Amino acid sequence: MTITERVPTVLAAGAAPASAFRRWLAPATFLVFGLIDIFVLGLNAHQGDATFAFSQPFAKVTVPNLTLPAATTCYVCGAITIAIAAVRAFVPLNTALRRTAMGLVSFLLVLSLLCWAAAGLTTAFNVVNLLQGTLAGSIPIMLGALTGVICSRSGVINIAIEGQLLLGAFMAAIVASGTGSLWLGLFSGALAGPLVGALLAAFAISYLVDQVVLGVVINLLILGLTGYLYDAVMIPYQNTLNSPATFSAIKIPLLGDIPILGPVFFDSTIFLYLTYIAIAGVQVGLFDTRWGLRTRAIGEHPVAADTVGIRVIAMRYRNVIAAGVIAGIGGAYFTIGSVGSFGKDMSSGEGYIALAAMIFGRYNPIGAISAALLFGFATQLQSILSTLNTPIQSNLLLMAPYIVTIIVLAGLVGKVRGPKAEGIPYIKS
Amino acid sequence: MSEHGTEPDGGSGGPAVPAGPDPQGQEPVVPEPERALGELAAASPDSAEGPEPEDTWSPSGRARAIWDSVLAGNSFTVTVLAIFTALVVGGLVNAFSNNTVLHAWGNLFSAPGHAFAEAWDTAVSAYVALFEGSIFNPHTVAALFQQASIGTAFHDGFVSAVFNPLSETCVQATPLILAGLAVALPYQAGLFNIGGQSQFIGGAIVAAYLGYGISLPVVIHVVVCVIGSFAGGAALGWLVGELKARTGAHEVIVTIMLNYIMAYFLAYLLAYHYLMQAPGTVNPITLPIAGDAHLPLLFGTHLRINAGFLVALACAAAVWWLLARTTTGFEFRSIGKNPSAARVAGMNVERNWVLVMAIAGGLAGLAASTVIQGTDFTLDNTSFGTYGIDAITVALLGRGKPLGVVLAGLLFGALRAGAPLMQAQTGTPVDMVEVLQAIIVLFVAAPPLIRSVYRLRKAGGGGAALTLSKGWGS
Repeated sequence: MTITERVPTVLAAGAAPASAFRRWLAPATFLVFGLIDIFVLGLNAHQGDATFAFSQPFAKVTVPNLTLPAATTCYVCGAITIAIAAVRAFVPLNTALRRTAMGLVSFLLVLSLLCWAAAGLTTAFNVVNLLQGTLAGSIPIMLGALTGVICSRSGVINIAIEGQLLLGAFMAAIVASGTGSLWLGLFSGALAGPLVGALLAAFAISYLVDQVVLGVVINLLILGLTGYLYDAVMIPYQNTLNSPATFSAIKIPLLGDIPILGPVFFDSTIFLYLTYIAIAGVQVGLFDTRWGLRTRAIGEHPVAADTVGIRVIAMRYRNVIAAGVIAGIGGAYFTIGSVGSFGKDMSSGEGYIALAAMIFGRYNPIGAISAALLFGFATQLQSILSTLNTPIQSNLLLMAPYIVTIIVLAGLVGKVRGPKAEGIPYIKS
Repeated sequence: MSEHGTEPDGGSGGPAVPAGPDPQGQEPVVPEPERALGELAAASPDSAEGPEPEDTWSPSGRARAIWDSVLAGNSFTVTVLAIFTALVVGGLVNAFSNNTVLHAWGNLFSAPGHAFAEAWDTAVSAYVALFEGSIFNPHTVAALFQQASIGTAFHDGFVSAVFNPLSETCVQATPLILAGLAVALPYQAGLFNIGGQSQFIGGAIVAAYLGYGISLPVVIHVVVCVIGSFAGGAALGWLVGELKARTGAHEVIVTIMLNYIMAYFLAYLLAYHYLMQAPGTVNPITLPIAGDAHLPLLFGTHLRINAGFLVALACAAAVWWLLARTTTGFEFRSIGKNPSAARVAGMNVERNWVLVMAIAGGLAGLAASTVIQGTDFTLDNTSFGTYGIDAITVALLGRGKPLGVVLAGLLFGALRAGAPLMQAQTGTPVDMVEVLQAIIVLFVAAPPLIRSVYRLRKAGGGGAALTLSKGWGS
């Protein structure tokens, strides 16, 4: 079972012909979106206008509110969407235009949804709050996805992101609460990722265990372990071991006062700023440094990398363990970044969403971040809509991000090709 | 109930140790001529293939072969040692998160023995409680002997009480075996089904609805509900297979997403009276299903063991038959081994993916049926429990084989059955069971690790069933 034997297998298995279905999937989805805009949202919208606010109370520079006629906006959005569907169906478009079309259709759907939800409300619907919440809520997904990108690019499938987030949340909470130092908590949370990463690396790289299975099992282990310790240690000592403080927002001078952008991007906790650093670091690191070139080499063609003197196994170990730091910080956000105390299964599947975001983002840091933001936006939209007393059931809204993930994986992004040696252990011969 | 032969290993941890030295003990009783023959047989390959390092004792050929196989870490040895190691690790975790023990460690230098004794007591008493809750509780026998006559003992349920732990183990094992099969079968075809939870919910919704929503004659009602739950699960499994076959969407991600979607969908159904919520309640729960939709009890009203256990065993046999004796099963296994070769050989890989996922979904749906119709009798938004993820550990411990799944299901069923008593008696949280399961599977998945821990020799193919080393693309 050498590498050269395995690679063609992996490639050929994915090359299933299913073109007719794929060809019509995107236009059909667009059409459904357009019909939803018109018939579900437009016809059911309350009479009256939807008002959107673009600045928070007490902002230094305010932006005037935008008022749209709700039902009419929905009809217009629907009409444009259906037109795009027709174009998408009958005119061959290049990749950039296809993506633009997808983005536009999604935007129009969201706009109609907001108009429908905000129609006739007494207070204006605050867009800045929505965006701010999106960015903050996406932090664990973004950081998890970045960890996934590094691991995948190194040739190791990391499904244990979920476990890294969960253990990060647990350790950050218990240490921050026990010692009273938030920074120690952040440090311990960041340490949790490499711990899980080391477990993953040892079993995947040295013991050659199937990495998909392994990741799921590690997640079970962390879920059980944190749940167990929560009951055994945190519940009896709730006040000392599970009531950490949380980081407060730091507003960056000047930048934080920019209308709309300021409160969204430059008025948040340390976690968001660490996320910026991580994004830039991974993007530049992977594509503009010697480390990145070598990392991509061991993920694409480890035999060739070994031939030119890169120590494949050692480098995979280093990358998988080091990448854990990023997910560990993402996990710490759950506790000391937002709500404080730890709860069982706190990450609630966001590690898996991070994984989906990584694949959706085609194993690129920037792509993964965009996908993560999309998921974060859907979740945040749901939580805001549920407070607006919209007639839609919150459980159905909660489904939305997951359905979007399936739709995205099933057809809208096309075939995603990961690093060639991803998931295949390197056995030096 | 011969399946329980392996249970004490899981329950107490004690008997796992002698598994190694056994053949050594048998050595002296081997008859003289056979021994000579064995030496001959053992000697000739040695001289041909080079010196054997551990040839200090000369056993008979057969005992030698067994002993070699054990030392080489065959899959049975690895499994037993993995379970034993997991129990040791679990005991350590338990002992070092216990307040009394930690306090004793604090006084380590004043009373060193005390700390070790406390740690040992904590770990062992938890496992004893686990054993008493899942296999056999001596107190029930003591109570039985205090009864006046056999007749009253039977009538008042004292006899049943003796068998209650075993019955509970079987009851807990039933959905685990079925859901485990739902992971094991696609695993043979190279697919990893983590969607047990969504398929379970799909089956549960149909089973519950048919159970309380319609009225049918006695036997037919049960059968219709069981078949309906299979169909409900199969629909979700089919969706996963169809998406993979047509678009290449990876089944791992799709099934994970479907788990969440179905959980929210169930919550949605249980939130409205005009959907599935029981009238006159604000709780997310359905009406109880009709009495004639209950799965029949096997051993009287005192024990919960029901026909669902037989369904699970029958399904395991059916899956074995499917995989080992039919063309479809052969195609599944071929595709699992090498999809490209299977395609070249003229097999329709995509159609088989869809089929295997639909059958697997149906099996997970049946697991729901045994819960809804066998023990719970209503559906609420926690009915699906952790069956979806426990099924993965069951299938992995069972190495994807039907018999292995049955045994693994019984072991984990025993852990689940014993966990409440363990929490009640020793205060060890039930999550310990999840920790044990995960550690067991982690060790089982890495035979080289177990071999190196116990200094076993490496042999060809020793239980490396999980070391598949596949990528996303398979």
